[in-house]
Amino acid sequence: MIVQIGGSAVRGLEAAGRFGRFLADTGRALPDVGTWGRLLIVQMRRVGVDSLPVVVFIAAFTGVVLALQASYTFTGTVPLYIVGTVVGKTMMLELGPVLSGLALAGRVGASVAAELGTMKVTEQVDALETLAYDPYSYLVIPRVLAGTLMVPLVVAVGVAVGIVTGWLASLGLLDLSTPEFVKGLQFLYRFKDTWYGLVKSASFGCTITLVGCVVGLNTRGGAEGVGRSTTQAVVYSAVLLLVLDAFWAMVLL
Amino acid sequence: MIRFADVYKGFGDKQVLTGFSLEIRDGETMVIIGYSGSGKSVAIKHIVGLLRPDEGEVYVDDRAISELDRAGLTEVRRDIGFVFQFAALFDSMTVFDNVALGLRRRDVPDDEIAARVSEALALVDLTGTDDRMPAELSGGMRKRVGIARAIALRPRYILYDEPTTGLDPVTSAIMDRLMVRTREHLGVTGVVVTHDMRSAYTVGDRIAMLYEGAIRQVGTVDEIRATDDPVVRQFIEGRPE
Ligand SMILES: Nc1ncnc2c1ncn2[C@@H]1O[C@H](COP(=O)(O)OP(=O)(O)OP(=O)(O)O)[C@@H](O)[C@H]1O
Ligand SMILES: [Mg+2]
Repeated sequence: MIVQIGGSAVRGLEAAGRFGRFLADTGRALPDVGTWGRLLIVQMRRVGVDSLPVVVFIAAFTGVVLALQASYTFTGTVPLYIVGTVVGKTMMLELGPVLSGLALAGRVGASVAAELGTMKVTEQVDALETLAYDPYSYLVIPRVLAGTLMVPLVVAVGVAVGIVTGWLASLGLLDLSTPEFVKGLQFLYRFKDTWYGLVKSASFGCTITLVGCVVGLNTRGGAEGVGRSTTQAVVYSAVLLLVLDAFWAMVLL
Repeated sequence: MIRFADVYKGFGDKQVLTGFSLEIRDGETMVIIGYSGSGKSVAIKHIVGLLRPDEGEVYVDDRAISELDRAGLTEVRRDIGFVFQFAALFDSMTVFDNVALGLRRRDVPDDEIAARVSEALALVDLTGTDDRMPAELSGGMRKRVGIARAIALRPRYILYDEPTTGLDPVTSAIMDRLMVRTREHLGVTGVVVTHDMRSAYTVGDRIAMLYEGAIRQVGTVDEIRATDDPVVRQFIEGRPE
């Protein structure tokens, strides 16, 4: 029992140490703009293309559901334009970033882990090193920066889509007019709603790609190892995302 | 000069190298032979710092590899071409880009890169495959691209990890000739890991046998052919008992 706890504590510390070293190596590679600059554009396009359809799809449905649930909850108690407020606030503050983040953990995180994991087990990462490239500036930085920059953009599009579908649902399925919905959107709106959601999304994008890189580059043992890494990357980043979500709520709100 | 000084290396409980010492002189081609799983690949990965010794040291031109930081290691790696056992081609890149990648890192101008890539591909008999992806190549072709990637850099040292394994006899012979030519024309110092004895006799100036974590015997091709060490005899004659 004690041995078991001790064992997992040691493993946990080791993992933390590996992660710390990983961050340090990544930081050290940052000045090497010549290497990662060109690759960043490629990765940004990839993250964007990979994630936009998923995020828009999720946001579109979320917007409709939010409008209907808000109307169900508030009918007969508060003025119904509050539906606009609920849709806008919830999309921006929570559901836009978090639902997208979780979906992207499965989409982007898994693909990063699988790609780097395959490169690792087929010695492509070693080959890069022998060609005098630093895998951190060649592989890690472009992916992590692309995630950090593109995820907020994609989430912003998702939030906009969710608000539009929420508005359409209010018009079509509820007895709400456009001016009322817009009034609701503006009611209680603060600029912080916007930047809070975007900062959160950026941190999610960073986490997803970073976890994908760490797990991918630590892959061992052939195709099976790559499969294991892919699953691990999704699970770890999903858990971290939820922790981070709570963290931002405590720190920034 | 590359020198292994009493290197120990293990993974977990498994000791792979136990007191491995070997000196590779400038201009020679050293062939390292040994059983599958004896640690040949592990040994040569120490030369480029892909692995670090648990104990002992590896010197390249008197630079102690395990004491170098990343910048120092990059310097050493610029002098060394490494041909991986399973080619390790970048599968998201064309053949051309695979061969060109190392040159780009060395700030070679674009037109010279193009010239050197086609020269290297011609040397390994792969002219015209520039735009193919690695997945479209046969195993032997991938291996040759791996060799082209190393020689395009015109390094001072080339490390070949089983360059002829899995190739047909004629292509193997072509590879052997290529390695000999590379040494003669470019004055490259070579380390060739193999268990193909015909290839070992053709390309090697000296042959070293890795056995149970250390060098069992090292000598010229003639010395090894005439050895009376039973372990080495058995290996080079390929006798089951
Ligand atoms: N990164 C690693 N982690 C754990 N064990 C390893 C690692 N690399 C090599 N080994 C082990 O070290 C031993 C030697 O491996 P190595 O690849 O050097 O053999 P080899 O002599 O090159 O064999 P072959 O001729 O089949 O290529 C093997 O038992 C292998 O399992
Ligand atoms: Mg090997």
